Amino acid sequence: MPILEGKELRIVGFLCNWCSYGGADTAGVGRFKQPTDLRVIKVPCSGRIDPLFIVKTLLAGADGVLVSGCHPRDCHYTEGNFYARRRLEMLKRFLPIMGIDAKRFEYTWVSASEGQRWQEVVTKFTEQIHELGAAPKIVGAEAEETLKLMEAAL
Amino acid sequence: MKIGVFVCHCGTNIEGTVDTAAVAAASREFPGVVFATDTMYACSEPGQDGIIEAIKEHKLDGVVVASCTPRMHEPTFRRTLERAGLNRYLFEMANIREHVSWIGKDREANTNKSADLVRMAAAKLLKNRPLFSKQFPVNKSVMVVGGGVAGIQAALDCANGGLKVVLVEKDTTIGGKMAKLDKTFPTVDCSSCVLGPLMVDVAQHPNINLHAYSEIEEVNGYVGNFEIKVKKKASYVDWDACTGCGLCVEKCPSRKATDFFNEKLATTKAINIPFPQAIPKKAKIDPDFCMKIQKDKCGVCAKVCPSEAIDFTQKDEFITENVGAVVAATGFDLFDWTVYGQYGGGKYPDVITSLQYERMLSASGPSEGHIKRPSDGKEPKNVVFIQCVGSRDKSVGRPYCSGFCCMYTAKQTILTKDHIPDSQSHVFYMDIRSPGKLYDEFTRRAMEEYGANYIRGRVSMIYPKGDNLVVRGADTLMGAQVEIDADLVVLAVGAEASVGATDLAKKLRISYDAYGFFMEGHPKLKPVETNTAGVYLAGACQGPKDIPASVAQGSAAASKVLGLFSQDMLASDPQVSVVDIKRCIGCGKCIQTCPFGAIKEIDFRGMKKADVIETICQGCGICTSTCPQGAVQLQHFTDNQILAEVNAICRF
Repeated sequence: MPILEGKELRIVGFLCNWCSYGGADTAGVGRFKQPTDLRVIKVPCSGRIDPLFIVKTLLAGADGVLVSGCHPRDCHYTEGNFYARRRLEMLKRFLPIMGIDAKRFEYTWVSASEGQRWQEVVTKFTEQIHELGAAPKIVGAEAEETLKLMEAAL
Repeated sequence: MKIGVFVCHCGTNIEGTVDTAAVAAASREFPGVVFATDTMYACSEPGQDGIIEAIKEHKLDGVVVASCTPRMHEPTFRRTLERAGLNRYLFEMANIREHVSWIGKDREANTNKSADLVRMAAAKLLKNRPLFSKQFPVNKSVMVVGGGVAGIQAALDCANGGLKVVLVEKDTTIGGKMAKLDKTFPTVDCSSCVLGPLMVDVAQHPNINLHAYSEIEEVNGYVGNFEIKVKKKASYVDWDACTGCGLCVEKCPSRKATDFFNEKLATTKAINIPFPQAIPKKAKIDPDFCMKIQKDKCGVCAKVCPSEAIDFTQKDEFITENVGAVVAATGFDLFDWTVYGQYGGGKYPDVITSLQYERMLSASGPSEGHIKRPSDGKEPKNVVFIQCVGSRDKSVGRPYCSGFCCMYTAKQTILTKDHIPDSQSHVFYMDIRSPGKLYDEFTRRAMEEYGANYIRGRVSMIYPKGDNLVVRGADTLMGAQVEIDADLVVLAVGAEASVGATDLAKKLRISYDAYGFFMEGHPKLKPVETNTAGVYLAGACQGPKDIPASVAQGSAAASKVLGLFSQDMLASDPQVSVVDIKRCIGCGKCIQTCPFGAIKEIDFRGMKKADVIETICQGCGICTSTCPQGAVQLQHFTDNQILAEVNAICRF
């Protein structure tokens, strides 16, 4: 489905299965109202997230990417989120070099019990992306070709 | 692949804010989708039958169900697929309830978002491959952590079911909080008479191996094959030799040691046995108060011990236990009420906690069952009870109800009257919460037969007047301020997660809530399971619970363990990493990053390669995002599968 013009922007979330995906479920069970922009992709661990996923998501046309995992030291796999934290902090600093506004990407920690916190995180991040507006898109006749080239380069 | 999409109404849970028929219609346009429909309750029997029929009729080889969270019904629908002859991994779920219909009422946006989620699920499904479990053997023994009544019940039920049980208790004796209680509600029968025989059963059971004064140091392994390092703390007494005769305790000249069992109401000897019915009945030296250990003087205990069990040089000892499952039953601790300035913050000796009062009432307590004021040892006539101290109070970060305080306060008013017939109890309460068999009748009895004066309102301050205390509070039913002269004030202190609970949770890789209570697998359907396979919960570690509920959970956890061990082999989760040997360059980065040591180096025709040990791999995928070649791929969460989801919503 295309995004709802004027209402929504394209925001993709990568959530770890054990904490943040559960936190988003807890927010649902608690009926904590949230903006509708976010689309969630479940991964087993934030350590599974290759920083290139985020770059590719942003290049493919997303206006914002949110990553959320277990709180540091609470990782279901002991140390996955430590890897995530290093990689994602690195990525955040690297995004402007690629010409992408670093504010389009955030990473955070939400546990499975923190439904309220999830609501706050989603609401705040969605507002942040709406303030930035739609990301510049690669358009035109050769857009698909350009994207393929970029992907190959990554 | 021919994909079928089933969009669930979930009654009105989803249909109320999502046009499921429109989602189904939109789904028919997605790549690979050949069939799509909406359904009333996908998880019900007709719903599942409908899925099976559609699989057969339309020759589907992949299914997307758009309904609740996969944490709820993914296993249900995977079984449905298996019944229809499909591999259980040719299935994806779109979470359109918790992540869509329940978090907003905008029907247009919700319908649009739901269709997006189905599109992502279908795109991933196109890349899914059938996966097959392997069988692995289980170690049919269980470790129970915590020897309170819940842990005791779980240990006995497992042991009676024929399992080998390792019971680990951090104190020198099992029994937990229940062993400290004088009587129990609503029967007012003696707590140690109920618990004592169970404790003896634990000691004598051939299947139970008890490690008292021990703690969990490290947990490795996975369901069926845990390897747990246990720290046996130094007691300075050789417990194999100690007979529990108590001669050392009698002769020890150091009388100032903190008496934790009696809630610090009195002091005890530097070498002590917490109470006469202790299991195991073994002595332990408190090194902070032992003159031999502190100053190298005395050593009387070693001289009098008939079995030469005293060992002043003993060190902590580490042992390793191999078990197939773990039951966490670490119970609760009491809220530190001294944060309340209005109750004196700890400066009045005659303001005590409910558990201290319990020790006072107990015949085996420091005052041998006589109620005495800590300040002057006099018998109190006016006793004021204050409820909800550290419960239902946001200002101290404890907004939850501890559940059992209303009941034990009613019990304590009854016992007060029994001990001192001319006494008067006053209870400041917020609401009386007494759901449970014979519970409300019990609180009524406290008021009507035992004349406890219940005052609905909070206490604003306690101040001294002569030898006594004055309790000033509101009577909200009268709409007036009341002041009561009290000889003794008992605070119904709430429950909080036990000290060290979160550390244990991290070791066991289970979740805990904002207060440190362990998270159950599902609040309704999996009350004693956790999201970590092979780890179960019993008792108040999951949330405040009274004795019957703790016992019930202990038995429930035991039944889950026995169910797990009813099979000789367990099926491994095939969502593990696999190395593509052609792409692997043998750099070894995956070996370094794997938190479980599940990847080893192998020699392949003279070249270094990585290889995953399937039974150890937990499926986190850290190796996959580390591998510079994309050679290690986590099955079911490969790069291609995740990027297919990205592309499904960002580019189409």
